[in-house]
Amino acid sequence: MLDFLANFGETLLTTLRDVTPIVVILVLFQVGVLRRKLPNIRGIATGSVMVLLGLALFLIGLEQALFPIGETMARQLTEKAGAAGLADAVQWQDYWVVYLFAGAIGFATTIAEPALIAVALKAREVSGGAVNAWGLRLAVAVGVAIGVALGCFRIVTGTALPWYIVAAYVGVIVLTYLSRRTIIPLAYDSGGVTTSTVTVPVVAALGLGLAANVPGRSPLIDGFGLIAFASVFPIISVLGYAIVADRVDRWRTRNERQEAKP
Amino acid sequence: MQHTREEHGLPRFALAMAKQTVGALRDLAPIFAVIILFQIVVLRQPFPDVANVVVGLVCVVLGLALFVQGLESGLFPLGEALAQGMARKGSATALLALAFCLGFGTTVAEPALIAVAAEGAAVAAEASFIGDSQAAQGRYALELRLVVAVAVGLAIVLGVLRILKGWPIHRFIISGYVLVMAMTLFAPEEIVGVAYDSGGVTTSTITVPLVTALGVGLASTIRGRNPMLDGFGLIAFASLTPMIGVLGYGMVA
Repeated sequence: MLDFLANFGETLLTTLRDVTPIVVILVLFQVGVLRRKLPNIRGIATGSVMVLLGLALFLIGLEQALFPIGETMARQLTEKAGAAGLADAVQWQDYWVVYLFAGAIGFATTIAEPALIAVALKAREVSGGAVNAWGLRLAVAVGVAIGVALGCFRIVTGTALPWYIVAAYVGVIVLTYLSRRTIIPLAYDSGGVTTSTVTVPVVAALGLGLAANVPGRSPLIDGFGLIAFASVFPIISVLGYAIVADRVDRWRTRNERQEAKP
Repeated sequence: MQHTREEHGLPRFALAMAKQTVGALRDLAPIFAVIILFQIVVLRQPFPDVANVVVGLVCVVLGLALFVQGLESGLFPLGEALAQGMARKGSATALLALAFCLGFGTTVAEPALIAVAAEGAAVAAEASFIGDSQAAQGRYALELRLVVAVAVGLAIVLGVLRILKGWPIHRFIISGYVLVMAMTLFAPEEIVGVAYDSGGVTTSTITVPLVTALGVGLASTIRGRNPMLDGFGLIAFASLTPMIGVLGYGMVA
């Protein structure tokens, strides 16, 4: 219990240190430039304290429960798959459990990502409910799952990172021109928010473990790229989801109109 | 949260928290499912240290519930009030200065970035790019962090300018992509992985809600702007410019 309290205090201090620059900037501009009091300052202060406490509690829980398990599992899985493919040639098929785990954990950590929850809530509020918060989060999570699984495949095969990124960028550009304008900024944003508190540590551990265990790969050179994958593919999946949803809507209204005609 | 002033404040707060806790359980269910499934089916091992894990899980659920509850009453109104105040003040210079400070200030101390910069320095030393000494690596990592922080500051400035002018976002992002691809051809191979990953690590859990509320608040206060079309997009800029910055740094350094 004492251990836990000490741990909690430490995490709280770290969180406080991380937000200090933000608070300083906000106060500076509020006092120096705007020169007036915030409306409902008490509510904002209470809410901000709740955010801080919540984040500290969240982080400590992650460190106690999730990260050790996630890292151990990433190591065990990559070792297991590595032992199966001990022959001199690395067979990418030997690592299918790793791809599966990568996709599943990428999906799951994204659903739990607090920053994504915040953006989804805001999008629903701003769009007047037209953007479904759960639909958005699921689409983003599917994108991260595909990205992380593909990133593991890349580490196993040792293929060049830039080609994948170029292909993904071309995909984003093509889909951008097919989408309706209102979804585009939100889709671009969803790429950046997926990789924060929960996803980065687990995914980074997976990449480093994989690069260390696959024969012929070096963690320093091949371990990178998973975070980049996890930030590009959600853009594609969100744009794709919006395009499909629009098509289905149009098709439905057309059918209804035709049924109503005779 | 007005619960301190209202008669039935505390019960209402408890009810809201209970609702958020249910939501948090739902948000975290996939992680629990994946871990339990792989632990039992694939690795066939019992959980190490069950008591610790359970305490940790309770913390995660409560923490997430508290965070989401605080978002609506704390960070969102804060970002919006700031946006409205700045828009009413009408000084573009002050607004852009705030944008830069927010981007730079929230990034330079970001723990995820510090980790990636240290790894980047290790890679550079391995490739005999810089000396193998601790001092050389430390300096390289610090410079990398500063480059990324300046890049994020400029990203928010550009993003806010875009909201003010109502420019369409896709032109910026697509030009950014083309630039990243072109620079990849000329940048040293070792820096490319670090550069690509640096885009993803810059946006922390506190920054995202604040910056999103700022953008949406600006777009809803300025006449002629649509919050959906113009309000979002700041985060997108903040994850693109660090790649350009780090690739450029790799070419120069």
